[in-house]
Amino acid sequence: MKRRISRAWWVGLGAVGLTPARWAALTPVTRRAIKTFVWLAILLILIALFGVWKIAALALAAVIALLVVPAWNRIPFGKYVVPLAILAIAIAYPYYNTHMPQLPIFGPFPQISTMVVMMIFTMMALGLNFVVGYAGLLDLGYVAFYAMGAYMAGWFASNQFANQHLNFGAVGLYQGWSGYHISIWLLLPMAGIATAIIGVLIGLPTLRLRGDYLAIVTLGFGEIIPQVANNGDNLFGTGFNLTNGTGGITPIDGPGFGNWADKHLHLPANYLNAQNFDSLYFWTAIVLVLITIFCSARLRDSRLGRAWIAIREDETAASAMGIPLMRTKTWAYATGAFFGGVAGAYYASYKSGAFPDDFFFNISVFILCMVILGGMGNIWGVIFGACFLAYLDREGLANVGAWFSNHTHRTIDVPKYEFGIFGLILVITMLFRPEGLIPSQRRAAELHEGVHDEPLYDTEHAGA
Amino acid sequence: MATNVATAPLRARRSVGSYVMPVLASLLLVALFLWLIVNFVKGPAYFTNIAFIGLTNGAVYALVALGYTLVYGILELINFAHGDVFMLGALISASMMITNFGVTTGSSTGFLVIAIIGSLIVTMLACGLINATIEFVAYRPLRGAPRLAPLITAIGVSFILEDVAIGWKQTGYTAVPNVLPRGNVFSAGGVSYTWEKLIVVLITVPVLIALVYLVQRTRQGKAMRATAQDRDAAAMMGINVNRTISFTFLIAGALAGAGGLVYALYFGQVRYDTGYQLGLIAFTAAVLGGIGNLPGAVLGSLCIGFVQAFTDGLRWHSPGSDWTLSIVFSILILILVFRPEGLLGERTPEGG
Repeated sequence: MKRRISRAWWVGLGAVGLTPARWAALTPVTRRAIKTFVWLAILLILIALFGVWKIAALALAAVIALLVVPAWNRIPFGKYVVPLAILAIAIAYPYYNTHMPQLPIFGPFPQISTMVVMMIFTMMALGLNFVVGYAGLLDLGYVAFYAMGAYMAGWFASNQFANQHLNFGAVGLYQGWSGYHISIWLLLPMAGIATAIIGVLIGLPTLRLRGDYLAIVTLGFGEIIPQVANNGDNLFGTGFNLTNGTGGITPIDGPGFGNWADKHLHLPANYLNAQNFDSLYFWTAIVLVLITIFCSARLRDSRLGRAWIAIREDETAASAMGIPLMRTKTWAYATGAFFGGVAGAYYASYKSGAFPDDFFFNISVFILCMVILGGMGNIWGVIFGACFLAYLDREGLANVGAWFSNHTHRTIDVPKYEFGIFGLILVITMLFRPEGLIPSQRRAAELHEGVHDEPLYDTEHAGA
Repeated sequence: MATNVATAPLRARRSVGSYVMPVLASLLLVALFLWLIVNFVKGPAYFTNIAFIGLTNGAVYALVALGYTLVYGILELINFAHGDVFMLGALISASMMITNFGVTTGSSTGFLVIAIIGSLIVTMLACGLINATIEFVAYRPLRGAPRLAPLITAIGVSFILEDVAIGWKQTGYTAVPNVLPRGNVFSAGGVSYTWEKLIVVLITVPVLIALVYLVQRTRQGKAMRATAQDRDAAAMMGINVNRTISFTFLIAGALAGAGGLVYALYFGQVRYDTGYQLGLIAFTAAVLGGIGNLPGAVLGSLCIGFVQAFTDGLRWHSPGSDWTLSIVFSILILILVFRPEGLLGERTPEGG
């Protein structure tokens, strides 16, 4: 846009009264607008002359004008415009998704219920990213935190404890309810905090272990918790029904703002009774994801976040610089657990149930796969990975399978091989692009150049 | 004297915490032994029968646990896919015996022996090759990477192998004909030891002896031990490190294959996810015995086998089979946290 206008043009323009001095006195945006509109006018006249005049040409002209005229290059593009545009597209999704065309292989655009699940898994993946991406601790039992959050929702927003009677802001209670009913809005942070406490309890004894041992220990916890959920209908033979066993806890209350807010502020009284049930859950999930992104970005740049990265890169050096290893790692664990718990509670509220069959090792690997495919330590990468894999899980693979069957005339049950595909993604990513699809620069450098990988707390010295 | 003064406050501070864990651990052990003794007194014959089941389970676990320990000893890598190699072994042997040999419950004893030995050899070869291929494809390119990278690929490979099994045999159980004789070897006062349990031990023990011979007495075994101790030094001494590692994976895979065959014969049904759970149990056994330590793996496997049989089977205040896995994993966590060098406490894990 800084090109000069040549002398010959100025002669002509001066004749119409536009001298160089006058031109220079205009604001840059006006100058650019005039230039753009002149060129567009010439273009449109040419189009009209050749007889292909269409409304589309005018629309194209409008788009070009919009792109060229404002001083976009002055705006912090990557920081605000792109994220806000993506956010706007996401928020408006329920309004246009039924009008979208079919994609080549993947078929129709995801339904809103799928979008809700994608958002919830994004939250979980961002939570795991604190542990795996920032602090570099491999956690194979993340599903334990998800389970914990879900059961928090189960205990405090359903009829589970039949001889209790407590209502604290819950919506949509039927006649003859029993048990604890706490508003989901309050329950989400409660579940997060309870799960973070569990994370600290798990973390305190285990975080001193070396990387791969830590992974196995977390895997052990991840296996124990669903089994407790499975057997918790008669704990230790006392008849105390904590988790309702294999049946799971259902139904769980939905979120909502109550009748007063519905009347005066037009906020939905109870999500479960609303017409656009899925959309409401979707928008709320977006808000939760935004909070998670905010915390991720702010924590990453904080003193604590830099300590996590330092530990990931070189534990010995970090310790020598005065970073308290155990405390820092425990914070990473607790933060990751917090978001896992919130996501779990929200998911339980969306599914209206907490079922022990949902909490198996597969889910831990599924979330880990999101983080690794997208790019460990990079917020955008993790969001991309989570959305993509959650979409594949819910709809994508079935659609791809249908496409294969149509084109090869052989029935392949692609969703059956889902976890093999995820395993393949893990292997291929680690072998060829260990930093993930959208890497964080720093992590990529570590993975390619290698870091000092000898741990300080070695198991050989950690024995009691 | 000066050093004594300097260390005195440190010792005083340590002693507070260091009393708690040993006391708790010994209380736990005392309670455990009390529980076992009461159970034994209430029904000695029943208790012994349960213990025989534990012994047999332990023998199966030992074959798998040795594979974990061999690989960990040489690469310090938890080969997550090992349990699934074992599962493939069980499926291969099941399919060999059913389709290739056509074994049925009515087959004659001589034919059965030939069929089992034939399947054993084929399964061991196939699993060894599978395991060595996995090492070549998924672990070798990551030799210099951070140590979590091969662990992540191992998890990926584990899932791929499970799906290979799904693609081959579908998600249902593959049944193996009940060919092992179920009669008593001996029976006295309610205690009975049956043939199929003895056969499991009879297949397992020669394999273990062969393994110990291989590692302790042969040149290749010496190379394995040297590579486990110090890879760089071994390379300088002219040992082909990559070949030695491949060989270790081959042996580990062959052991898993043997374990798969024994499992298929003894338990009679195999499924794609059999290996995941059993692999974790066997890994616990390897850690319990001291990972990287061959006798330790066998000892740990027997312990875990007994633990499993007792929690499943005993009558007086036993947690029941619902909790078996939780108990096994609790043992894993406790061992890793409080005594990571395992029962046969070698301070540095060394292969072989």
